[in-house]
Amino acid sequence: MKETPLSNCERRFLLRAIEEKKRLDGRQTYDYRNIRISFGTDYGCCIVELGKTRVLGQVSCELVSPKLNRATEGILFFNLELSQMAAPAFEPGRHSDLLVKLNRLLERCLRNSKCIDTESLCVVAGEKVWQIRVDLHLLNHDGNIIDAASIAAIVALCHFRRPDVSVQGDEVTLYTPEERDPVPLSIHHMPICVSFAFFQQGTYLLVDPNEREERVMDGLLVIAMNKHREICTIQSSGGIMLLKDQVLRCSKIAGVKVAEITELILKALENDQKVRKEGGKFGFAESIANQRITAFKMEKAPIDTSDVEEKAEEIIAEAEPPSEVVSTPVLWTPGTAQIGEGVENSWGDLEDSEKEDDEGGGDEAIILDSIKMDTGVEVSDIGSQDAPIILSDSEEEEMIILEPDKNPKKIRTQTTSAKQEKAPSKKPVKRRKKKRAAN
Amino acid sequence: MEEEMHTDAKIRAESGTGSSPRGSGCSLRHFACEQNLLSRPDGSASFLQGDTSVLAGVYGPAEVKVSKEIFNKATLEVILRPKIGLPGVAEKSRERLIRNTCEAVVLGTLHPRTSITVVLQVVSDAGSLLACCLNAACMALVDAGVPMRALFCGITCALDSDGTLVLDPTSKQEKEARAVLTFALDSVERKLLMSSTKGLYSDTELQQCLAAAQAASQHVFRFYRESLQRRYSKS
Repeated sequence: MKETPLSNCERRFLLRAIEEKKRLDGRQTYDYRNIRISFGTDYGCCIVELGKTRVLGQVSCELVSPKLNRATEGILFFNLELSQMAAPAFEPGRHSDLLVKLNRLLERCLRNSKCIDTESLCVVAGEKVWQIRVDLHLLNHDGNIIDAASIAAIVALCHFRRPDVSVQGDEVTLYTPEERDPVPLSIHHMPICVSFAFFQQGTYLLVDPNEREERVMDGLLVIAMNKHREICTIQSSGGIMLLKDQVLRCSKIAGVKVAEITELILKALENDQKVRKEGGKFGFAESIANQRITAFKMEKAPIDTSDVEEKAEEIIAEAEPPSEVVSTPVLWTPGTAQIGEGVENSWGDLEDSEKEDDEGGGDEAIILDSIKMDTGVEVSDIGSQDAPIILSDSEEEEMIILEPDKNPKKIRTQTTSAKQEKAPSKKPVKRRKKKRAAN
Repeated sequence: MEEEMHTDAKIRAESGTGSSPRGSGCSLRHFACEQNLLSRPDGSASFLQGDTSVLAGVYGPAEVKVSKEIFNKATLEVILRPKIGLPGVAEKSRERLIRNTCEAVVLGTLHPRTSITVVLQVVSDAGSLLACCLNAACMALVDAGVPMRALFCGITCALDSDGTLVLDPTSKQEKEARAVLTFALDSVERKLLMSSTKGLYSDTELQQCLAAAQAASQHVFRFYRESLQRRYSKS
């Protein structure tokens, strides 16, 4: 679907509001929207909601052979997908530059910052290493995808547990989750992206732009930082020219925001771990708020299936027996077999069926005398023409065959009367001559 | 660990309550549904069956590409995305099954030359995935206000090696089962809209599973009704 264009008055309204330091949702310039993190039942699955922007993250692992130039390091793979439910304009194939930009930024933020210790992912040097795959799906687009995605990625990585492996000499044992508790990944630090949107050539800035604000912004500055105030990635797009102290100011703001967000993430992870350890209920079912009227839960419902057998027997007794299915194949030669007989061979009736088709087309005009057969033209008027008409010099139309007896054979109720009337008249009938191989 | 505890509890309940081996102790897992949770799609629903969770978003009736338009009815499109990896053949076949079910129920002739798109995202898979997708799609279509002639629901049955019928199986039960059957039933007369089966079973067993699914669908439709009543009631 095409994206709905933003109207000029909406654009002007937003820009005027920003000039007066007002945001449509009532936030201050440096305020983030509410962040909500919920975990699923399997390890490594989380949903992050940044206001209304929603991202699902899942981490999975697999044992593979390492890259040739990095034989002792594990492999990290990131994939962000813009699901078609996130915005009506997100179609596969379209928006590819937004997708590439987001994926690249995410990779730089997480891979190049070395937040995950890839050496610890090595099992047997040069042969087997862990490949960690992070899949992120954008479920709802309300602005600032990159922040939500980076939070989801890092939360999912921190939440994930990989199966335990032990190496004794040449033997490698992979333990299932039942045998030994899975092991968390070794994460050095948590880089989180913070986005700044600029308006009016860098005069005004907003933190965490929502979708409307993103549409009217001039440029975007993304700074990925961790709580130790180390910048992992910085990217400025949109072609705005920023002053040095603007960038420094943004990095200071980013430091404060990242500290808050990291605290929130650690608290959420701790809560989830506590619930799992105590044996309480966890998973997405628990994160559905009970008090919302749009949410509803039903406990386990027992189903009475005691009369199932009687019902089934009734139905089978009433039903007709299944038709006999011939299923013995006949082998002609190795590689050629035949199952069943098929319908009667109708190749010999090619001309009749052809003629019938042509006649059927001209039926509406109630053709009694002769019928024009042409390669493409629909038979129409011709009510009163007696002599056969030569339409073209094509060799195909040379032969004239008088076969009045054959006419009534192929019966179609509409054409029956026409054909029977034609039979006694014995008019020459032109017919298109195809290969008469069958005859 | 906790997941296994839950599964064990359920199996115990099933074998404990029913004395007959034919599974009169069948039960559906804990259901939960949340509607209108996404702001961009016209309708959205998240459906949870035990630990299986599917999120559905519906856009429509909306603009359709000229190549895909049908002159007298709406073009229904279903997209199913797995959680890990790229979508493959299994997703395509499930999309087709869900689309056939939706087309039988949605009144497409009221909106000719438009498109209705149902996007499904698997949030977690712990058994009965196709049934959960069908339920999520139905709730999302209701939330979007797409006109339908009936509601539909999905029920999965599993037959294990000694013929015991299990409704709404977990992934462990599905793996160990001899046959897994999924049915889509409509709400007006509990008639069959779609069936997709895998495994070996006799025609008696098929009819038994169908009858059990029809009994189970009553609960699902009651759940739909109660959740919509909660949402639209004035008290």
